[in-house]
Amino acid sequence: MKFGAVVAVAVLLATACGSTNTTTGTKHRVPPTANMKPLDKVGAGEGALNLIAWEGYVDDSWKKPFQDATGCQVHAQYAGSSDEMVSLMQNGGGGQWDMVSASGDADLRLIYGGDVKPMNDKLIPDFGSFQTYFKNPGYNTIDGIHYGISLQWGPNVLLYNTNKFKIAPTSWSAVYDPANKGVVTAYDYPITIADAALYLSKSQPSLGIKDPYELTKKQFDATVALLMTQRQLIKKYWPSASEEISMFQNGDAFIGAAWPYQTIQLKAAGAPVADTIPSEGATGWGDTWMLATKAPHPNCAYLWTQYVSTPKIQAEQALFFGETPVNSKACAEMEAQSAGSCAQYHANEPGTYIDTIHFWKTPETTCADGSENCIPYDQWVSAWTTIKG
Amino acid sequence: MAVEAVRRPRPKGGGAVPFAALFWRLPWLRSLLLLTPPLAWFVVIYFASLVLLLITAFWTTDPFTTQVVQVWNTNNFERIVNEPVYRDIVGRTVLLAALVTLTDAVLAFPFAYYMARVASRRVQTLLFAAVLLPLWASYLARVYAWILILNHSGLLNWSLQSIGLPPANIGYTNIAMWVVFSYIWLPFMIIPTYAALERVPESLIEASADLGARRWRTIRDIVLPLALPGVVAGSIFTFSLTLGDYITPVLVGGAGSTFIGNVVFSNIGIANNIPFAAALSTIPVAIMAVYLFIAQRLGAFEAL
Amino acid sequence: MESRLTQWLLRIWVVLLLLFLFIPIVLIFLYAFNTSNIQSWPIPGLTLKWFSSTFDDSDVRSSLSLSLQVGLMATALALALGSFAAFAIHRMTWFGREVVSLMFILPLALPGIITGISLKAFFSFDGIPLSLLTIVVGHTTFCIVVVYNNVLARLRRTQGSLIEAAMDLGANGFQVFRDITLPLISTSVVAGAMLAFALSFDEVIVTTFTAGAQNTLPLWIFGAIRLGQRLPEVNVVVSFVILVTIIPVVIAARLTGGGGTSRVPAAR
Repeated sequence: MKFGAVVAVAVLLATACGSTNTTTGTKHRVPPTANMKPLDKVGAGEGALNLIAWEGYVDDSWKKPFQDATGCQVHAQYAGSSDEMVSLMQNGGGGQWDMVSASGDADLRLIYGGDVKPMNDKLIPDFGSFQTYFKNPGYNTIDGIHYGISLQWGPNVLLYNTNKFKIAPTSWSAVYDPANKGVVTAYDYPITIADAALYLSKSQPSLGIKDPYELTKKQFDATVALLMTQRQLIKKYWPSASEEISMFQNGDAFIGAAWPYQTIQLKAAGAPVADTIPSEGATGWGDTWMLATKAPHPNCAYLWTQYVSTPKIQAEQALFFGETPVNSKACAEMEAQSAGSCAQYHANEPGTYIDTIHFWKTPETTCADGSENCIPYDQWVSAWTTIKG
Repeated sequence: MAVEAVRRPRPKGGGAVPFAALFWRLPWLRSLLLLTPPLAWFVVIYFASLVLLLITAFWTTDPFTTQVVQVWNTNNFERIVNEPVYRDIVGRTVLLAALVTLTDAVLAFPFAYYMARVASRRVQTLLFAAVLLPLWASYLARVYAWILILNHSGLLNWSLQSIGLPPANIGYTNIAMWVVFSYIWLPFMIIPTYAALERVPESLIEASADLGARRWRTIRDIVLPLALPGVVAGSIFTFSLTLGDYITPVLVGGAGSTFIGNVVFSNIGIANNIPFAAALSTIPVAIMAVYLFIAQRLGAFEAL
Repeated sequence: MESRLTQWLLRIWVVLLLLFLFIPIVLIFLYAFNTSNIQSWPIPGLTLKWFSSTFDDSDVRSSLSLSLQVGLMATALALALGSFAAFAIHRMTWFGREVVSLMFILPLALPGIITGISLKAFFSFDGIPLSLLTIVVGHTTFCIVVVYNNVLARLRRTQGSLIEAAMDLGANGFQVFRDITLPLISTSVVAGAMLAFALSFDEVIVTTFTAGAQNTLPLWIFGAIRLGQRLPEVNVVVSFVILVTIIPVVIAARLTGGGGTSRVPAAR
């Protein structure tokens, strides 16, 4: 009961804050694939499975047992950004791809583009154990239809070299500080603008930024200006996790935004790094395995989804990447594999923690208050080209 | 050994004679038949797609679903012309391409000269093989190896520091890109230059010497002009390959190393704004058209 | 003849350039033994474990096999089409020859990304799904150019009088082709084929756009580099490819130019 209350509060907080995954501006559109009836039962595996995934999401340690058990040979293509995923999935996956582990900022575009189709949650036995919020979050469930099954979620953290920064930085200002010229790095993707907006929402309250993804022209211009000054400090923008790992390992960067995955990999290689979430909070992502409209291997796709939703695999993936599982039973598994990890990743009390994370979503013209002044994503993309120069 | 072209009537030779006779009388027919399959391939597949791309440049996309909207407009071109960042990017790309071409020409020429005119036959073969071999080591692996050399704690800085010099710190800069590009395309410059130098007849050199020219004069006035088509042919590759590349800037470049190819790629593979990418692509196409025109005037096409 | 000093200076230049060309290759070999999967200098330790893991990796095997298939198919098509084109252009005397020559060089002269995106747009416009065949189509397009150039260059250097002499002696068209033309151009055909295969084998940009969910070897390498978990495997595979191709490359070098067979004799 207590847990249910906590989750209910979490859901209330999440929807009330309005910063996470509401379907702004698209309430009146019906997804093109809404009427496609999902499978009733999972048949025999087709022998193959083509996935588009984030780095670290299809690791051999859980991929190989899956292949052995089901006979579905998994071929994973790694994408470095949500945009890349949307692009690869266009035309319903082109008849090539089965599933994509899309983040919130790609989900709606995929859904409304007709590239993904509804999935049947009754075919996923562990779905009942999912934390309530993640059973039907606004970014993958529309009008009660699930366009995918939630996977994991987590924050974008501030990664830093512990030799250069003896105490953990308490503010994102560290990546905008001219004292760190030439050793800063940032994610090479337009959504980084939201990170800067988040920082400005606290450091320059007069701008009135409430949601880092809903920016008026004035707010947007101020954010872009900040990023252009940051550009002078940047050694290199990281386009994929392994590049950032390489930069930190080789001393080319000492501080920058990252995913917990990089921290874990670098620590395993003995690099002196640590990560933190500064006082302003963090942007983050909520990921969903979505099924392509023209998926050639739907049975294997469901088998995979069932597999990665089990507590054991949820825990393995969470510990490998440094994220938080959606299956409430995964906490015990995480503790068994690594003591203290359940609390570290807030797997058991997501409520307050979710609150501090501003999940990726696609910026649109329509703001939360209904006005049409917000800057849409295509302008974020062109602004990003200008920022990088 | 010149043989007179005496056209005697040819004896019978079986069923092939009528065709042979036909092709003899109408040589252009044979050329046409031979040319049709490759030409068809090019026109139907290659040119059709290039034209389609050009047409797409005049369309636009729905910002939310990123589907292409087939409405004729020139927004993309206006954007490219009006925003200064695109001028910077094009300028940087062209400048680096030219620099790399020049560097490779300078590096390749003495090497090719040695191969063509000084080395023994066996050494020639070995050197030629040595130049070809790196092309078989994956381009990606070679670029990645350069990161290892150029980065902050890489081989270059380590070597410099171990002999007491300050570190070069050229990792993730445009200088790093210049070095890596020059490295990667070098075999493409050496091979045509070598082929051209090899074809310079020994007799011309001897004649020049007989007429009293010193060695450098001979090289400047005889060898260089004859080798020029080969160098220009090689430059077509180094220039165009640098102009269109987007992988090396991502791996080896830093902030401020964006190339035309990067913006095209991020609009195609990432933002899915194909019309804008197509519009941007017309720039390298136009540049190469001019370059090829000049190259052809300089005789490069015979030296490929 | 060049002076001794010049010869020595040239030798030093050659050695330096060879070092420049091969240091990265040596590094690739060395880092195949890397204990860490992050590439950093100096190398933290040596191990043989990547050799067995590469051998067991089914992704490596399937991408290698796909690259070989694509290479062979593209080269075969390019041989046919490129030689046809070379023969046709060689005989043509009308102005169109310049235009056609220009056209045939475009796939190599235009940036790969343009070829890639236009082919991809073409395939999606026609509703052709991306597959092995679309990869082959993309590769053939630029392989034709290489074969064409090699064969045409050789045809230009063969003496037409030999063909006429053969015909005077009574050979019909087919016999002339088989006994005179083919032997004369054979080495250029082989060289063109090998170069075409090499280009196809290492091609990544056009292939990124024309491949579906399949991986050729360069695509696999690209994915492995981005993922960064199995970098030494990349080095193992590349080292293996280099070792396997040393002999064919030396043979190709002998055929195409190393032996001085194409040295133009003193002008008549």
